[in-house]
Amino acid sequence: MLSRRTLLKGLAGGAGAVAVTSIAPPAEARTNHPMPEHAIGLLYDGTLCIGCRACISACKEANGMPAEQTELAGGNYWDAPLDISGKTLNVIKAYREGNATHKDKAIDGFAFTKVSCMHCNDPSCVSACPVSAMTKDPVTGIVHYDLDACIGCRYCVAACPFNIPRATYDTPSPKISKCQLCAHRLGEGRYAACAEVCPTGATLFGPVIDLKKEIERRRSLAPGTKTSFPRGKIGSGDSHIAPVGEYVPQTYGEKEIGGTQVLHLSGVPFELLDKPALPDESPAAASESLQHAIYNRLIAPIGFLGALALLAWRHMRPARQATPPEGEEP
Amino acid sequence: MRSLPLAPAEPDELAGVEKRFGMPRRDFLKFCAGLAATLGFSGNAIGAVAKALVSARRPSVIWLHFQECTGCTESLLRAEHPTLEKLILDIISLDYHETLMAAAGHQAEAARTAAMAANKGKYILVVEGAVPTGENGNFCRIGGKTAVELVRECAKDAAAVIAIGSCASWGGMPSTSPNPTGATAISKILGKPVLSIPGCPPNPYNFLTTVVHYLVLGKLPELDSKGRPTFAYGRLIHENCERRAHFDAGRFATEFGDDGHRQGWCLYKLGCKGPETYANCPSIGFGDSGTASWPVGCGHPCIGCTEEGVGFTKPIHELAKLLTVTPPTQFARPAEERGQGSTLATVATVAAVAGLAIGAGARLAKNLGNQPTPPPGGSGETKP
Amino acid sequence: MTAPARPNDQTAPIGGRLVTPVTAVLGLLVGIMLVVLAVRFVRGIGAVTNLNDGYPWGLWIVWDVVIGSALGASGFTVAFITYIVNRGEYHPIVRPALLTALLGYAMAGASVVFDVGRPWNLWHVFTPGYAQTNSVLFEVAVCIAAYTMVLAIEFAPAFLQRFGMERARKLLGRSLFLVIAIGVLLPTMHQSSLGSMLLLFGTQVDPVYQTKALPLLFLSSTIGMGLAAVVVEGSISALALRRPLERDLLSRLMRVGAMVAAGFLVLRFADLAYRGVLPRVFESTTLSLMFWIETALFAASIVLVLGRSGSRPRRFFLAAMGMALAGILYRIDAYLVAYHTGAGWHYFPSLGEIAVTGGLIAFEILAFIIAIRLLPVMPALPAPHSSSES
Repeated sequence: MLSRRTLLKGLAGGAGAVAVTSIAPPAEARTNHPMPEHAIGLLYDGTLCIGCRACISACKEANGMPAEQTELAGGNYWDAPLDISGKTLNVIKAYREGNATHKDKAIDGFAFTKVSCMHCNDPSCVSACPVSAMTKDPVTGIVHYDLDACIGCRYCVAACPFNIPRATYDTPSPKISKCQLCAHRLGEGRYAACAEVCPTGATLFGPVIDLKKEIERRRSLAPGTKTSFPRGKIGSGDSHIAPVGEYVPQTYGEKEIGGTQVLHLSGVPFELLDKPALPDESPAAASESLQHAIYNRLIAPIGFLGALALLAWRHMRPARQATPPEGEEP
Repeated sequence: MRSLPLAPAEPDELAGVEKRFGMPRRDFLKFCAGLAATLGFSGNAIGAVAKALVSARRPSVIWLHFQECTGCTESLLRAEHPTLEKLILDIISLDYHETLMAAAGHQAEAARTAAMAANKGKYILVVEGAVPTGENGNFCRIGGKTAVELVRECAKDAAAVIAIGSCASWGGMPSTSPNPTGATAISKILGKPVLSIPGCPPNPYNFLTTVVHYLVLGKLPELDSKGRPTFAYGRLIHENCERRAHFDAGRFATEFGDDGHRQGWCLYKLGCKGPETYANCPSIGFGDSGTASWPVGCGHPCIGCTEEGVGFTKPIHELAKLLTVTPPTQFARPAEERGQGSTLATVATVAAVAGLAIGAGARLAKNLGNQPTPPPGGSGETKP
Repeated sequence: MTAPARPNDQTAPIGGRLVTPVTAVLGLLVGIMLVVLAVRFVRGIGAVTNLNDGYPWGLWIVWDVVIGSALGASGFTVAFITYIVNRGEYHPIVRPALLTALLGYAMAGASVVFDVGRPWNLWHVFTPGYAQTNSVLFEVAVCIAAYTMVLAIEFAPAFLQRFGMERARKLLGRSLFLVIAIGVLLPTMHQSSLGSMLLLFGTQVDPVYQTKALPLLFLSSTIGMGLAAVVVEGSISALALRRPLERDLLSRLMRVGAMVAAGFLVLRFADLAYRGVLPRVFESTTLSLMFWIETALFAASIVLVLGRSGSRPRRFFLAAMGMALAGILYRIDAYLVAYHTGAGWHYFPSLGEIAVTGGLIAFEILAFIIAIRLLPVMPALPAPHSSSES
């Protein structure tokens, strides 16, 4: 009879490996990966954005992405993608409320927001990928995608808290699409096409450290003060004068899941822009900590296997001795 | 297309045209067609326009000049249309115009008061230039009267008041900060909206068309919230700009004479105010010399001269607001509906499968009671 | 305490016709699946599924892989009880359980090939240089692949016995204890990891379901589901093949399952209370409704089988059905209902997805029927008329 005793034995053995080892080595728990020292990224200041969509078409051109037809409430467009997708790596979306005539106001206003890869310091997609198709460059911090390695499992698509990597579904040979900060142009002395083309400097390219200084500078000025805004990339020399926006206190990407290399400033709260509220701890750190705790140098699984093998051997041995030609087998 | 109350002109009505306007009949009809098109009238309205020009009684016009450069008048006179000045002078009865009239001094002022008395409630008042209000209006006196007094006096019995040029329309260049003379728009002096044809200078067509509209239909054209005729100021320069495709594709000239500038790329980065300026410049151009004959067309960013708060106010190279996206209806919202949810077919299929499974389970459970079972404690097989 | 020795010829093929109305219907379902799959491999995954970037994982992953392998836990739970806990009396149900598991895992593997976009690269998972060991999915993939092989080895004696390869069978028999030990270890690893996979989704999974206890919750509910699958399979086989019901064994197995499920419920509520999200399950949302349906099904199953007449076939069968359903719902809810990647996204499986999942299930049942007719899987019956069943 299967008694309570045997059940307890079973539970102790079966769940033991997981239970014990998840408590045992807390030293293995890892924290968020820090940002690479020379990380490059983007600063998107929604108050500067005029909604010209030049960044959308420049991105498509720089990355060889096709045009997309979109049906919106206002009509049928070829230059207004509904969302990022397998065909679009970067899109400007607009929040609008009421009569939507006051820029960067929550009520009766509108605001632009950019959707593209955030280039997390501790990316979930990199942690998710079972075949190293998603990698984070140790120097620039750019999150790269390698089509040749990819198996198309879409765990990265599901895992990304910003919902950035996108798959193609209309071909037997699909791929994952995401912004790679125009890494292929860096070698040509150029940089992210969206920042390069932006006429107002709303999308600004540069070392993240400098971008953060620029954010500090903008925040230190009173809203409405006219100041010089760099265009293209920090230090390019190109700039223009415009009034400083009235920013919400949050800088999106500063702390979200351990920080990102793409930072957003906005005049309206980020939840209105469908930017998810995220904790400071990266899911990758949480997930990998637990996995490493369980599979720490495979000590627990091997130990558990030893116990199982010993028990199985003991229980099957007499049978083998009793009827040697038959053996004990399932 | 608007329906017109007037019947097409008879051919013989146009017989005197050649003599009266000093232009071939054919050219006159072409001119009428141009006016009708600017107004947005249909093709068969050409005759109505021609008839109005030929037969309508010439309205008396009183034209005042204040703080201005006379550019509006000059622009009107230099229009390339055949004998335009004749046309103006012959269509309307210009009873007072300081630049154009032969009379001077008391004689001129007498002509004004006489015309106002004779056409009381019927004459058209055109004002060119802003009105100085500083120092009790003493920056401008004509015939002993300040500009403020003159405007009020002439407007009192006018059938319509037209402010021509940006100065009269909203203050224009004279009102630019610090504005020592207190230059003020006509509408503010009169305390009521007036028909405005802003621009520095305004396109002569826009003025002329407004007048013809009044002659043909007997009323002023439809106006926007700032008193501007919507046929001319209903759209942003950006909307019809020939360089718009470069803007959409992100091809911007970054300095005068650079590669992009030479190739005719968008001038937004140079401070073009097209995206926040309402005017029909890209549609009709200036001077009848082709599509490039307007500021942006010949490589200079629009300065927004028709727009209060933009022209002469915003620095020339400061970037424009993009009013085409206010409100931003051509954009995806942050969270659009995406993906395929449940449909009747899929839900029905899942429900049917679930129902089958549960039904089968229940049926099986019912039958299980009737099964032979091995002896309790045994394993269902005979031991050897 | 060791199991009594059992000659292996106690199992025997049950024989009978292979083409019956039941197998014909199953074959038809498999045929429909093949047509849908042909479209999928020619025109892309979007042509037959409703998968999108908001729900990149749908029915095929959640049902065929996550749920399919959980029901396939029948193999390791029965092997564990029989050989590790040493309850030899369960021996007669080991082979059917292993067969169920083997088919379940094979189908899970097959559906991965259908679901991933670039299956020709799947070998990368097992190749150093590509393999990314921090990925939970890497662990799951390697572990499931390895376990499917282990299951094949565990089940191999049935083939060897059928084809009289006694030497190979003997050799295998000597090392089988190690294979069985691995066969218990691997499922505990990947079944818990199927829960851990959700950890990376972070706040995209509702806090009611998102917890660091996911590995334990998935593992414990898997055990319940695996045992339930054995009971359901045993009961249906008995009815369909008109064989005696292993009433005693099955009811005792179900009791073990119920006790593990009770552990699952205790752990789940303790975890919810510990994390302070217990009030959330009382909010009126679809998710909390689903939560209570799961909980009610688990609880009802436990009560049914642990109650006084829990050994009645009807009771433990219903309990098994309830527990399997509860586990299935728990997985669907955790992976799909509780998953929210941003406003505006919709997903419901398309007819094509349902057809493929249905076809896979049909294939499993078909393969099971064929296997027990041709291979020594089921316990041999004392009476000779046992093989004359339809």
